[in-house]
Amino acid sequence: MERMEYDVIVIGAGVTGSAVARELAKKERRIAVLERESDICEGTSKANSGIAHAGFDAKPGTLKAKLNVQGAKLMKELSETLDFPYKQNGSIVVSFEAEGMEKLQELYMRGQENGVEGLQILTGDEARVKEPALSDEVVAALYAPTGGIVCPFGLNIALAENAAVNGVDFYLNTAVSKIEREQGGYRILTKEQEFFAPVVVNAAGVYADALHNMVSERKLHITARRGEYCLMDKKTGGLVQSTIFQLPSASGKGILVTPTVHGNLLAGPTAEDIEDKEGVTTTADGLARALAIGARSVKALPVRQVITSFAGLRAHEESEDFIIEEVADAPGFFDAAGIASPGLTAAPAVGCYVAEMIQARFPAPEKTDFIATRKGIPCVAEADDEERQRLIAENPAYANVVCRCELVTEGEILDAIHRPLGATTLDGVKRRTRAGMGRCQSGFCSPKVVEILARELHKDIGEITKSGEGSAFLTGYNKGTCV
Amino acid sequence: METREMICINCPLGCILSVSQDEAGEVTVSGNTCPRGAEYGRTEMTAPKRVLTSTVRIQGEKGRVVSVKTASPVPKEKIGDCMDALKEVEAKLPVQIGDVVLENVAGTGVAVVATKGMRL
Amino acid sequence: MRQDIVIIGGGPAGLAAALAAKEAGAEQILILERDKELGGILNQCIHNGFGLHTFKEELTGPEYAARYIAKVEQEKIPFLLETIVIDIAEAEDGEKAVTAMNRERGLFVIRAKAVILAMGCRERPRGALNIPGYRPAGIYSAGTAQRYVNIEGRMPGKEVVILGSGDIGLIMARRMTLEGAKVKAVAELMPYSGGLKRNIVQCLDDFGIPLKLSHTVVDIKGKKRVEGITLAQVDENRKPIAGTEEYIPCDTLLLSCGLLPENELSMNLGVSLNPATSGPYVNESLETNIPGVFACGNVLHVHDLVDYVSEEATAAGKYAAAYVKEAAETACAGDGTQICLEAAEGVRYTVPSTISPSRMEDTQLIRFRVADVYKEVFLKVYFDGTPIISQKKRVLAPGEMEQIRLKKEQLQAFPDLKKITIRIEKEAG
Repeated sequence: MERMEYDVIVIGAGVTGSAVARELAKKERRIAVLERESDICEGTSKANSGIAHAGFDAKPGTLKAKLNVQGAKLMKELSETLDFPYKQNGSIVVSFEAEGMEKLQELYMRGQENGVEGLQILTGDEARVKEPALSDEVVAALYAPTGGIVCPFGLNIALAENAAVNGVDFYLNTAVSKIEREQGGYRILTKEQEFFAPVVVNAAGVYADALHNMVSERKLHITARRGEYCLMDKKTGGLVQSTIFQLPSASGKGILVTPTVHGNLLAGPTAEDIEDKEGVTTTADGLARALAIGARSVKALPVRQVITSFAGLRAHEESEDFIIEEVADAPGFFDAAGIASPGLTAAPAVGCYVAEMIQARFPAPEKTDFIATRKGIPCVAEADDEERQRLIAENPAYANVVCRCELVTEGEILDAIHRPLGATTLDGVKRRTRAGMGRCQSGFCSPKVVEILARELHKDIGEITKSGEGSAFLTGYNKGTCV
Repeated sequence: METREMICINCPLGCILSVSQDEAGEVTVSGNTCPRGAEYGRTEMTAPKRVLTSTVRIQGEKGRVVSVKTASPVPKEKIGDCMDALKEVEAKLPVQIGDVVLENVAGTGVAVVATKGMRL
Repeated sequence: MRQDIVIIGGGPAGLAAALAAKEAGAEQILILERDKELGGILNQCIHNGFGLHTFKEELTGPEYAARYIAKVEQEKIPFLLETIVIDIAEAEDGEKAVTAMNRERGLFVIRAKAVILAMGCRERPRGALNIPGYRPAGIYSAGTAQRYVNIEGRMPGKEVVILGSGDIGLIMARRMTLEGAKVKAVAELMPYSGGLKRNIVQCLDDFGIPLKLSHTVVDIKGKKRVEGITLAQVDENRKPIAGTEEYIPCDTLLLSCGLLPENELSMNLGVSLNPATSGPYVNESLETNIPGVFACGNVLHVHDLVDYVSEEATAAGKYAAAYVKEAAETACAGDGTQICLEAAEGVRYTVPSTISPSRMEDTQLIRFRVADVYKEVFLKVYFDGTPIISQKKRVLAPGEMEQIRLKKEQLQAFPDLKKITIRIEKEAG
């Protein structure tokens, strides 16, 4: 077995691992990211609300509060340097009861303390002026103008791609089976390889406890907290402009209604602690609850316009805070664990925080040729006609529409496949280009995307998968014959 | 005497037919509400036939197939044999609609013909 | 580029509309097709049963399409393939600006006097059905599976359960069985099948595939690829009944749960849509609320037989040609009188939804679907409350499109007619 040696190994290519890897890459270091799935952004990072939280929710003084507010402040600029979709659309927390005013005040105070700017308490009517679709039941609200929405795939992929461009090696389909303490660092075993590094960052999401517990006596326990969502057709995305939260109450907690950065409408998540760390299954009850509770926030939630539903798992740790530290009894082993909400928002700040911690303990010189910017895949659907003309002139494949619902062209799919950390699966293409994310949910475009993937990767279409090993699309030839 | 129940497919009414055949081969149909139902029941009892549609591979063209059909209905019990026979068949490009890709499929006396034109 | 008529979609509706428009004297006609060839979804419908009304013989889908394509080529009607329309807008002079894209021309705008919408429909996806469970590979709409098997010659699965007894699902049950898959069951939420009787007999009964009415999928197992599904019986409110769950191991779930007209372009243009069909409201000339924009085929309402699509599209092509020929103002104005068609008890919708007596032809075909299965009933037509037609119907089912014909002289006998009502009644009187 070949032994691969690095200065830092990050475990997990979700949004946290990718943000950490990118920050670390600003110094002269050999860095690897190990990811068990066939693509980056395959776990918690791909199935969440896509919110850049303003930061009034987290308890002051916690890491969550600090990194949320910092992350939110970094997000806009990062969305420009790394070219991913982000919009500051504002958040509104609504209360249906007059007694809720106290709780809104509490959130307001928390927000002030956390350093959230521009918070305002509104009456129900004032809130309805901002958002005419808000339910008549709403009697008071907290408005946070700095709340935003972000494409969770876009953020994760941009961070990872930029890390890769700056020399970080990504190992996909590489699940860690064992971590052992060794002289001067850690030996990490996977199914086929052996890695070694003096510094390890544990960003393994719901599995961060398992990795942590391999090296530490102070055990962690992370619970997968499932959240179910319903996504509605783009024609409904304009119902509200801001993200609408409800005050936690007996009837429900945490179910929001929000436009997505691509113009769909999203309702969810539910919250349920489950045993199975891969239990991303939706349930009839959960979906019904997401819609029913969400429907309370607005007039006429278009529940018949649901185009898909999904479930994500938050990595919930009992302390209720992020655990980001060098493990006391495992020097050089850094946890970035328990990254539940607002983990997506905080990710850019988590990246900086971890990188600073590591730099303090394991200093490395500044990299002089760090490439800070990244250009995303062009989006024909959102381009103006002039931009479209320019793209088509560059490559006529930008005129060949593959996904009709989201207007995704062959040019964009080719780009998704051939760029750094390119897509190799149908889901990979989908997350990078939106092909198959529209109202027909890939019924028309999946055979075409499979064909393009096979052609570009020099494979047979039978080898193309939805999301890696075991998820093949096709099972054989007609009549059981081979060609 | 053999009796079978079947649903008539001639119209949306979907009459449930009771079709009997005695030792002499005589067929009686009941449950039908029109003469077309009786005719359907009689044929289904004595000699049910179907047009088979499928695809065959194209020689030298990996992953390409052309659609085909039996030029006329074949006995229902021969459908499996016909499919087996088509396993071995490869059409050559160019193909025109109506081109015979297999004569006398499974001994039925019926040819299998292409239903789509395909160029080289 | 300038055209008299731009036809959006080169499937059965677009082809028939183009031929009819040409025959009616329209000069500059252009068909825009997003796929690699003309013929639309017929290319993957390799089963037979098409054309009994139109050609008096039973054809397969590709053969039916080929006849129209041959005529279009013979008439030298131009078409562009792999060309997607991204916008239709109304210009100030009433002409339409159709923005399209393809590899050869890039992004381009066509000015047209009239537009015929013939974009067809799509299948209802899993998400719209709110089926809970995992989201692994192995879940396909029946039409996607049909494309793999019939166009690519590849099997999307070995052990199959089908949800929905629409015709495509039934056809695929037979097709995959013949190609070596095991189809374990077809589940249907409703107490009756949405498919044609003939398909139930020849696609399911012939192969011993069980049809489970009043059943639905309540869970999907398998994280990477489908490993099995759970079926349950539903009550009269279509809610699963606890205790009736049955687990079926399988690697594939096909969905055949209804078709939805694809009217996103129409909506952006400002065409008003009928919520009952998800297709445009049209008048007797199959013209939408936007003058000079016509609709036909499955984009207007979902048809059961392609022969009816061709017939309807032929009418649309003819009316569009007439619109182009006459000065647009006079063509659409008529004498201004519009009679509304009302879909009342048991009738979900009618196409058209209005009739102008001055513009209608000698007979007007009205197509509609019923809301439930009805036996031994009367189909009634009222003119402002006066009974005009009463037809005895032994059976009416939602899966089959119904039609009646109104005569011009019937309407002329009612000069102040405002509303025509179609309903289903139990009694003859």
